[in-house]
Formats: sequence, structure tokens, C-alpha cells
Amino acid sequence: MGHLILRVTIKILFAPIIIFALYVQFHGDYGPGGGFQAGVIMAAAFILYALGFGLNECHRVIPQSWLPVGMALGVLIYAGTGVYTMLLGGNFLDYDLIQPDSHHHAGQHIGIIAVELGVGLAVATTMLQIYYAFAGREPEPSDDAW
Amino acid sequence: MMLAEATAPTVYHTPPTAPVLAEIAILTLLVTCAIAMIRMRHLFGVAMLSGIYSLLSAAFFVALDAVDVAFTEAAVGAGISTVLVLSGIAMTSKREKRVTQRRPWLPVLVTGITGAALIYATVDMPAYGDPNSPANAYVGREYVVQTPADVEVPNIVTAVLASYRGFDTLGETVVVFTAGLACILLLGSAAIRGGGGDGRSRDEEES
Repeated sequence: MGHLILRVTIKILFAPIIIFALYVQFHGDYGPGGGFQAGVIMAAAFILYALGFGLNECHRVIPQSWLPVGMALGVLIYAGTGVYTMLLGGNFLDYDLIQPDSHHHAGQHIGIIAVELGVGLAVATTMLQIYYAFAGREPEPSDDAW
Repeated sequence: MMLAEATAPTVYHTPPTAPVLAEIAILTLLVTCAIAMIRMRHLFGVAMLSGIYSLLSAAFFVALDAVDVAFTEAAVGAGISTVLVLSGIAMTSKREKRVTQRRPWLPVLVTGITGAALIYATVDMPAYGDPNSPANAYVGREYVVQTPADVEVPNIVTAVLASYRGFDTLGETVVVFTAGLACILLLGSAAIRGGGGDGRSRDEEES
């Protein structure tokens, strides 16, 4: 069991990275960021965990079978928001209809948060899926392989 | 009052000297990094250099006030791609094969002419930050002017991305989804059933 310093560092960094991803996700309206960046940061946290503790440990946290579900769910949340506004009688992704009486475009804000959530979920699970697919193919390289 | 300030068209100033020096330094480092990547045969070093290249690009985007792009570049380019490239290297050899010393002239000629044409094209490009340039003038200006009234989101990039161009972003999300799907299909359904743990393929390798 080597890599003690790396593992302690990853344990310390893991929670702040997740918090930062959530901040980027929900603060995208006000500052730089949004669903895509947040999803990548979220996936990076778990990839970091997998790098330090091994892929099998990471599989115990997020099983492989969840990831395609998350990918599809993310796209469906996005498209579903559009279909929802169509059901309300407007165009596809016409957010204003979510809260038509609002004076400060609350419908736009709700719609943007919903689609960003879909993007975040789809991107995070896709990135993790790609990493799982790559890293799951071969045994871990030995330390002196580089 | 704040909204009125945000809608006021931004006036183009000649940038002060210090940022220009920083940009020149970053671009010089980018070129150095690219040349080092071409020269290097050690794939681990190339992967690290490509991460550094992405980080430098992100710094350059920050210097150009494109923080959203910089954010993505740093997260995807320097973070995820480096890890994926390393995972790829783990499956192949550690060094690139030595190329023959023979100089193929036709590719050099094509690359040279294309590069010269691109440099020639930059002469006609509008000045950086020019408010009358095509990118800023028509629909771009519309977005900047209309966002406070239409969407009321402080970050105009988010307003364009998720509201004005929401359909485009849906397409991009589907592209990301498709990439993940292609990875599952190409790299084996064993990955989806049990992951890299104790699947059948591993046993076959050992036997």
C-alpha cells in the first residue's frame, strides 16, 4: 500500500472539488461556469479518487451500471424541459411559459437551471463512463512503468 | 440603473502594455510547448506537455476575457484529456517509434502554404475587441443589449448558451452523450456489466 501522501491529499481535496462543482453548476447564471464545466469537475473528483484508490474502489462508490442511466437521464432532463414548455403551449425550450406571470423572468431562470442540471448530469456521467471504459481495460501499470 | 450600465456598448481601448507583454509571454510558451511536444519521443512527457499546453491556453483565454472558455479548457484539456491520454499510454508502448530522417517535401509544402494563407488571412481580421467587427456587431450586439430585458441573467454567456441558443446546447449535450455511448460500444460491453474488476476478458489474458 504505497501512495500514502497521494491518498491523504486526494481525501482532503475530494470534498472541496465536489463543493466547487456544485458551486459552478448553480452559480453559472452569475459567474463563469455552468453545467458542462461543473460536470467535468464533478467527474474529475471521482477520476482522482479512482487514480489514488484504484478503479474497483471507485466502482463501489459509483457502479458502472449507473453511468449510462445518468447519461440518458441528463439528455432527457434537457429535452424534457423543452417538451414541458411545448405542453404548456409554447415553443420548444420557451422558458418564459414556466412562469408566465413573473416580472423578473423567473421562468427563464428555472428553465436555465433545469437544462444546466441536465447538461451537468450528462457530462459528469459521460466523462466518468469514458474513464471507466479506458481504465477498465488493462491492469494498473506498475510504478516503474513510466 | 445596473441594467442600463450593462447594456451600454463597451468602448474599445488600446490595451495597456503589461497585458500585452503577458500575452506575448504566454504565446511564446505555447509555441515552445508545441515544439517540445513534436520533438519529444517519451509519451508520458508528451501527455504532461499537452496538459501544460491546455493550461497555458486557459491562461491566454483569461487574458482575452473569455473566462467561460478558459474554465472549460482548464477542466477538459488540462484535466480529463490528460488522464485519458495517460490511460491510453498505459495500453501502448511508452515511447514513440523513431521516424525516418527522410524529409517528405509534399506535406511540408502543403503545411507551409496553409500556414502562410492563414497568416495572410489575419491581416484582414478586425482588431481585437472592435465593436463593429462582424462577431460583435449583429446578433452578438443584440444578445448583449437584450439579455437584461429578456433573460435577466448577469452572465450573458449563460443566457446565450442556455436560452437564446438552447436548442444548440441540446445538440451539444446529445453529442457528449453519443461520445459516451460510442465509448461503451467500442471498448466493450464487459465494461458495462462488471467493469474492469474480474471480468472474463481479464481471465482470458492471464490464461
